[in-house]
Amino acid sequence: MPELLIELIKIVVIVFVFVMGVASAMTLLGDRKQSSAIQNRIGPNRARLPGINHALLGFPHFIADGIKMILKENIVPDGAHRGLHLIAPGLVFLPALLGWAAVPFMDQYCTGTLEMTAGYREICVDGEWRNYFQIMNYNAGLLFAFAIASISVYGAAIAGWASNSNFSLLGGLRSSAQMISYEVSMGLSLAGIIMIYGTLDLQEMVRQQGYLLGGWLPMWGIIVQPLAFFLFFLAGMAETKRAPFDVPEGESEIVAGYITEYSSMKFAIMQLGEYAATVFIAALIALLFLGGWQASFPLLWNANAAGLTILPLFGDTFHFANEDIPYWHHTLVALRVFSMVTKVLFLVWLQFMMRWTLPRFRYDQIMVLGWKILLPLSLANLVVTAFIVAII
Amino acid sequence: MGEVKVKQVSRNPRTFWERTYVPEIAKGLVVTIGNFLTNLNPNVEKRDTFTLQYPEEKRVYPERYRGLHRLMLRDDGQVRCVACMCCSTICPANCIHIEAAEHDDPDIEKYPRVFVIDELRCIVCGLCVEACPCDAIRMDTGVHIPVFADRGEAFLNRDLLMERGTLSVAKQGGERG
Repeated sequence: MPELLIELIKIVVIVFVFVMGVASAMTLLGDRKQSSAIQNRIGPNRARLPGINHALLGFPHFIADGIKMILKENIVPDGAHRGLHLIAPGLVFLPALLGWAAVPFMDQYCTGTLEMTAGYREICVDGEWRNYFQIMNYNAGLLFAFAIASISVYGAAIAGWASNSNFSLLGGLRSSAQMISYEVSMGLSLAGIIMIYGTLDLQEMVRQQGYLLGGWLPMWGIIVQPLAFFLFFLAGMAETKRAPFDVPEGESEIVAGYITEYSSMKFAIMQLGEYAATVFIAALIALLFLGGWQASFPLLWNANAAGLTILPLFGDTFHFANEDIPYWHHTLVALRVFSMVTKVLFLVWLQFMMRWTLPRFRYDQIMVLGWKILLPLSLANLVVTAFIVAII
Repeated sequence: MGEVKVKQVSRNPRTFWERTYVPEIAKGLVVTIGNFLTNLNPNVEKRDTFTLQYPEEKRVYPERYRGLHRLMLRDDGQVRCVACMCCSTICPANCIHIEAAEHDDPDIEKYPRVFVIDELRCIVCGLCVEACPCDAIRMDTGVHIPVFADRGEAFLNRDLLMERGTLSVAKQGGERG
């Protein structure tokens, strides 16, 4: 029974608290407050919670939006396929949440004491590994994440088709074309990283990213595969259908694309699904390229006579110069979860920054970028990586 | 047939790095992130936002700001207006309605029995003030036209206009030689 309880708690905390929390905070802080700061505006600051005469960063607006969305009339256009029109928002929204099953927020939890062998391998003494920080410990997590991510194209396509509106249909077509094109380069750009780490297990991939190159440089994906990081970031942004890749809902051309005919909470779920996909892509980038939960960010330490030293954070000690500074095991857990969350939030912030920096691509430019630039680059990256891996 | 003059415009060909977009995107990000961080400054004074929080903060109007109309008063508190119709004649929006009547005082020829300004029609051009020969109408209240819940409220009659009225330093009827 406690095992089941733990599973439930994990699902609630990761999916509903973290993902939904971040995704909905994005609607407010990312889309409205961040954009206003970039454009020298103030942003929403008028709504008030009863009894509190403070704008609270515009948070009451978020509640006001929610109430407004729920109370709005839910319109299904004439001639729309009612069933598909109803389930399409779910098909957009669910994949963005399902993928989180494979995302680890921390290494397996050790019930005993954690020790580290030479070669930075952590072992668990007097205890066993418990899977507390990942919903599903799956040794092909990356494949699972990709399979789930590619399902979300159905939601957009079905929403576009079922609405019985030309704008929606165009939006659905555009989004399917775009997502299918970019999935190719997205997958290929990761082939290199799979070759280097030799696994599809996200947990194991993150573990390997903690190894140090030359004793000081953590072997993060961005360091061993810088080009792949760039390609994956671009393709990932295209996958989430956010600006500058938001032609599926280019409001200057096709009203709101495949969400034109959605109103009320269905519209909100569509939007929320997009934000959740943004957070999911951020989590994948963090896991694959930025060391995931590894807290091996180089800490600079000036107290040593040797001057600046980099402290990789590992196992049960800070290994630092010639001495090991022991610290509490749970501090490590907290630091690692904090590290993962921070990386995800930073990447989400960066994606929103891109959104508010760049103008929208034209549709043909998107296709050119996807097929003529990203695809050859990711193939080249794959070939070069294969040679290097074969030589080493 | 003369020869068509063609002006050759030299276009700056894009360099390799410009065509890759990468440095340009980075430059754009530097600008937006710069703005973003500037506007996160806890010291509100140092931010770049220039929004005025309207109902709480009000802009100081310049001295010559044309606000709500007012009718000025004679020394004895009567309306200064002599119903000469100059303002209603010049008004490009036709928003001033005056009905003249004979005054009991033999020294005063006419006075406005009805003086109504339709503030919804008024285009706040100030020509009525320019046209007035006896400093009877002014727009120097500094009060901007309020929100009306009903169109009828926008018709400001003589008494309402006189509420804001004050004495004028100008001599009524002007100096006679």
